[in-house]
Amino acid sequence: MAGRILEAGDSALIVEFDERIDPEVNARAIACAEAIQAAQVAGVRDIVPTYRSVAVYFDPLHTDHDALIGCLEREAALFTPSAAVEQATVRIPVCYGGDLGPDLGGVASFARMTESDVVRLHTAAIYRVFMLGFVPGFAYLGVVDERIAMPRRATPRVRVPTGSVGIAGGQTGVYSAETPGGWQLIGRTPVKPFDADRADPFLMKAGDAVQFYPIDRAEYDRWA
Amino acid sequence: MGVAEGSGPRGPAVSVIRAGMLTTVQDAGRWGFQARGVPVAGPMDPVSHRLANALVGNGRGAALLEVTLIGPELEFEDERVVAMTGAQFELWLDGRPAPSQAPFIVCAGSRLKFGSRQHGARAYLAVSGGIDVPETLGSRSTHLVSAMGGVKGRALVGGDRLPLGDPPSRAPALAPHDPIAPLPDRHATLRVLPGPQVDYFAADALDVLQSAPYTIAGNSDRMGFRLQGPQLTHARGADIISDATPLGVLQIPASGQPILLMADRQTTGGYPKLATVIAADMAVAGQLAPNDTITFAVCTRADALKALIAQERALMAVEDRDS
Repeated sequence: MAGRILEAGDSALIVEFDERIDPEVNARAIACAEAIQAAQVAGVRDIVPTYRSVAVYFDPLHTDHDALIGCLEREAALFTPSAAVEQATVRIPVCYGGDLGPDLGGVASFARMTESDVVRLHTAAIYRVFMLGFVPGFAYLGVVDERIAMPRRATPRVRVPTGSVGIAGGQTGVYSAETPGGWQLIGRTPVKPFDADRADPFLMKAGDAVQFYPIDRAEYDRWA
Repeated sequence: MGVAEGSGPRGPAVSVIRAGMLTTVQDAGRWGFQARGVPVAGPMDPVSHRLANALVGNGRGAALLEVTLIGPELEFEDERVVAMTGAQFELWLDGRPAPSQAPFIVCAGSRLKFGSRQHGARAYLAVSGGIDVPETLGSRSTHLVSAMGGVKGRALVGGDRLPLGDPPSRAPALAPHDPIAPLPDRHATLRVLPGPQVDYFAADALDVLQSAPYTIAGNSDRMGFRLQGPQLTHARGADIISDATPLGVLQIPASGQPILLMADRQTTGGYPKLATVIAADMAVAGQLAPNDTITFAVCTRADALKALIAQERALMAVEDRDS
């Protein structure tokens, strides 16, 4: 599973691994991104790991292109690190259902189980942060138990409140800004995934292991 | 972060009398956080941005105003050197014509008003000392969709007061300067390099891309230009697992009509990408507006680098004229 190196214009190179959503492939991409970061090649401006690739942005006037390609070839050939996790590194409180999770009933109907069984399944898993994207601090988490992996809503909502926790097929995530969105909203967290004024503005990074835990409305209101 | 509004010392500022159509604060962009989903933003025409700063003696990354199609009216609280580059607008200083592509002095109380526009879509107005709004994640650039940077993450509105930094000690340039990137007149040829995902398309896709001009659709903005023209055909479907979306890339959704990703693009996207506009031609792209047309031309990496070096030399000649 060696990565292939693709040119994206004159200012970006992409190391691409197998095209599938898979924890092993993703762990490979993230390890590759970290190794490229550690190599500190002059002229590199940004390194972006995704589900199965790493984009390396550079200033072509201040980068030795051959040296950068050599670095990427070396790091792309690294062995695959284990994607297995035993413990969550980020724990996120969620108030499920009610007006904070208007689609919890719909997901329960989809799964032919009770709302509390949906919550039990959603909180039981330790999710991998495959990547961040869409808006600042938005983390694509997976993989959701297939019994509650309900597809997106047919018509997206015009406005999804910040902190809303949603499911879209095998993906779950927390809206980090108020945006339009089509994910099934099952709850809301009082913790902000992104806050520019916080010492660490970002709650999550690619590769983190995340677990949700339920809180009641009173506790949500105390946090929020 | 900065002091709360209405409290603390009030240094010199520029007041916004009228904001124009879409006037935003932009520095060189918010680099280094794309792995956390933070878009880069920054100027649509980075060459005119750098030239404007150079003309007033600012550092190349100073924050200034990007003006779109209809310009603002501003009032200055103290004496400053200002310069406008990029799109050609009539410019009026206290009722008298002011030059473009050249630095000039505004006095305390002076009003600077943008008039009608001749060519290009975006002008860059630099003020000596730069616009000193608070930094967010190391940048003052406005990103409209995530409401980050600039003035409360939004375009300017009448009544805004923009704090200014201390004027630089170095003298501004003395002479006007011709545009470094050619200003397009409603049409531009943009050079592209194939990839990153050229193998996701029919074998003739690059030929089709170059076969006739594309028109920029009305729903185009700082995130991207939606283009209408020759139909591009996918070879392996129109959806990929989301990956990174570089500046200037042409992503092709199921419609077969490309979207050229610009300064405010999201960090990731799920459409295959046929080709990427070279860095040296992004300045020209940034001067286009809806209904303008683009011809794409495949070039080599050597061509791209040569064009970028020429551009850099011209910019550095203005930036380093005193040293």
